[in-house]
Amino acid sequence: MSNSQKQHKEEVRLMKGNEAIAHAAIRCGCDGYFGYPITPQSEILETLVELEPWKTTGMVVLQAESETASINMVYGAAGCGKKAMTSSSSPGVSLMQEGISYMVGAELPGVIVNVMRGGPGLGTIQPSQADYFQTVKGGGHGDYKMITLAPASVQEMADFTVLAFDLAFKYRNPTMVLADGIIGQMMEKVVLPPFQPRWTEEEIRKNTPWATLGKQKNSKPNVITSLELRSEEMEKINLRLQSRYREMEKNEVRYEEIMCEDAEYIIVAFGTTARVSQKAVELARAEGIKAGLLRPITLFPYPSEILMSYTSRIKGILTVEMSAGQMVEDVKLSVCGKVPVEFYGRMGGIVPSPNEVLDALKEKLIK
Amino acid sequence: MNVTDIINPSNLVYDKTSVMNDTPMHYCPGCSHGVVHKLIAEIIEEMDIQDKTIGIAPVGCAVFAYKYLDIDWQQAAHGRAPALATAIKRLLPDRYVFTYQGDGDLAAIGTAETIHACNRGENIAIIFINNGIYGMTGGQMAPTTLEGMKSSTSPHGREIPLNGYPLNITNLLAQMDGTCYVTRQAVHTVASVRKCKKAIQKAFENSMQNKGTSVVEIVSTCNSGWKMTPDESNKWMVENMFPEYPMGDLKNI
Amino acid sequence: MTEEIIISGFGGQGVLSMGKILAYSGLMQGQEVSWMPSYGPEQRGGTANVTVILSDERISSPVLNHYDTAIVLNQPSLEKFESKVKPGGTLIYDGNGFHKFPTRKDINIYRIDAIEYAYANNAVKTMNMIILGGLLKVRPIVEIENVLKGLKKSLPERHHHLLGKNEEAIRIGMDLIKKEN
Repeated sequence: MSNSQKQHKEEVRLMKGNEAIAHAAIRCGCDGYFGYPITPQSEILETLVELEPWKTTGMVVLQAESETASINMVYGAAGCGKKAMTSSSSPGVSLMQEGISYMVGAELPGVIVNVMRGGPGLGTIQPSQADYFQTVKGGGHGDYKMITLAPASVQEMADFTVLAFDLAFKYRNPTMVLADGIIGQMMEKVVLPPFQPRWTEEEIRKNTPWATLGKQKNSKPNVITSLELRSEEMEKINLRLQSRYREMEKNEVRYEEIMCEDAEYIIVAFGTTARVSQKAVELARAEGIKAGLLRPITLFPYPSEILMSYTSRIKGILTVEMSAGQMVEDVKLSVCGKVPVEFYGRMGGIVPSPNEVLDALKEKLIK
Repeated sequence: MNVTDIINPSNLVYDKTSVMNDTPMHYCPGCSHGVVHKLIAEIIEEMDIQDKTIGIAPVGCAVFAYKYLDIDWQQAAHGRAPALATAIKRLLPDRYVFTYQGDGDLAAIGTAETIHACNRGENIAIIFINNGIYGMTGGQMAPTTLEGMKSSTSPHGREIPLNGYPLNITNLLAQMDGTCYVTRQAVHTVASVRKCKKAIQKAFENSMQNKGTSVVEIVSTCNSGWKMTPDESNKWMVENMFPEYPMGDLKNI
Repeated sequence: MTEEIIISGFGGQGVLSMGKILAYSGLMQGQEVSWMPSYGPEQRGGTANVTVILSDERISSPVLNHYDTAIVLNQPSLEKFESKVKPGGTLIYDGNGFHKFPTRKDINIYRIDAIEYAYANNAVKTMNMIILGGLLKVRPIVEIENVLKGLKKSLPERHHHLLGKNEEAIRIGMDLIKKEN
């Protein structure tokens, strides 16, 4: 075994999705995490304080008084060009919507992790995907979008934490990692990302010249604000944001296709339901049904083009979600009525089983 | 001798601090904000910390504070300034970080953020303008509005059974172990302006000494909202606000 | 090979950690693994369960409705999971406190009285390892050597002196398990 292989092997760990996020944050040079406990994601904060990264990388970890404070701490840190993040679960993320809208308005990068649980209201602590609309259609006020990454494994919890920071800074916009209670709580193998040093102040000044680090001599002060009372100027800001979202749509669509090449029926699902649906596809194939799975990885921007490209050769689409049917609207918009689009979902924290999904496929599309 | 002969450095008796720029202020004539802005700007110049200071502007009349002082600023959502300041100071401990907040921002919608920043003893300075009214939105009742005081949402005067008591949040903050300096000042006379400047300077200095949070409440006038002349406002403040919000240090460690 | 296992019992019986040790053992022998606990108040009492999958291939669903093997340590767990064992699969139960017993004929049923043994022999802390030993006797899905490696990996170093006790518990479990049908 070569040294690099050996090192690689040592890096394979078994951990929960929530823990993987904490490790990945430290490793990718995150400067600050601010959060408030809520099931099923408290392990993120717990793992971070256990690891004490302030002693190694200098990363700040702070338990805030509320999710409202957490997201505003992320705002403050991001305004200084720092890599900052928070995490919560559905009710807490609802509280963060104000802050997210302000971050978008002030053009601040940052990462928000939502390990979704069933709602509405206090709901349940069991997994759900019912915050899809809130996330991709804009849960806060104003016209805005966020790149939304939907991990379906512990490995992706780690990988997408790193990617989310890259995308946030690339577009000066917050990025959401939209997971659910299963992905947060389950343990799988994970290879953690390599260590990257935190940006030095010099690097911050270079990478984010807008950051408020203290006004430099002979330069104008930097001001982080989302306020512009002149409508003409405010519309210009909106147009700039909108063109940024078009760029995201052009560059950042991500998805995974499983057995789609010869598929007659496509299941569309993300996160945990994609894993369940993959099993349903395996069961279907064993029965001779040509099923495939399209797993959107970015929920905004949505993989509409690939869905449209299937329409000439497939008989139908089944969308599976842990909700009353939210993403299915985007699937319908993507295929413009060219093929039937059916929906199967469970709510309230129930995870559909692979057999349920297979039955729904047969019942709704094959008959 | 013409005008240009008179305007020369040797005749200079007063010069505006360079930290304050020439943008015309939106504040009403007689408002306390302008004076407090100037004091902060002077302190920043005198301490030579223009490159090390980050201010947090609130929502309220001072929402545009960032237009007048040439320092780096962040503008916070309503009430959240102490949360922003917490993160900034923790990530940049060698910077002077201050919030500038009104009574609605600090003592109503931002009560939680204020109390918890003070309870953690964040090494920041909180400048708190208390004029007992929401000025920016047109004179509505604030948590600090006095009993019987009229506002557009208490047109018959604040009634305790309906609206509760005036909130003396500074007294509360002085009780907290995380604060090191809590004081109540005003800027209605030359003497009080001088005292207030010293208080703000002390708050700034404290923030580098790892002692905890400093809070400077400045009992202020809002002559537009109070519907009085600036002079009447000052008198009314002394007679009515000061008994409820007495001047002086509440805590100085 | 893929082995889909559910372990279910009272919170505090070591159900989740038994699953964790299995998952670590799979990791040690280079398999794909997933460990999916029931989470929430169950952890502090009530009935807790964990789904463990060991496979040579990428694991699709971490959540299942049928299992190759079910290990049930209390009555509610038996009632919930007996019907969910695949035909030809394995059910292992600890009959302590049971008043209704497994009835299926199309699965292999084993009984292991680990709870009784553990209380009688001052071995409550390794009770879950006794049960794990029973499992490995009838379903040798992981090598004992890899279990011990996995234990070492999952236990904090201050507990490493207990590794011997754990190995012993596995051997006890292997003797204790009895086939019922």
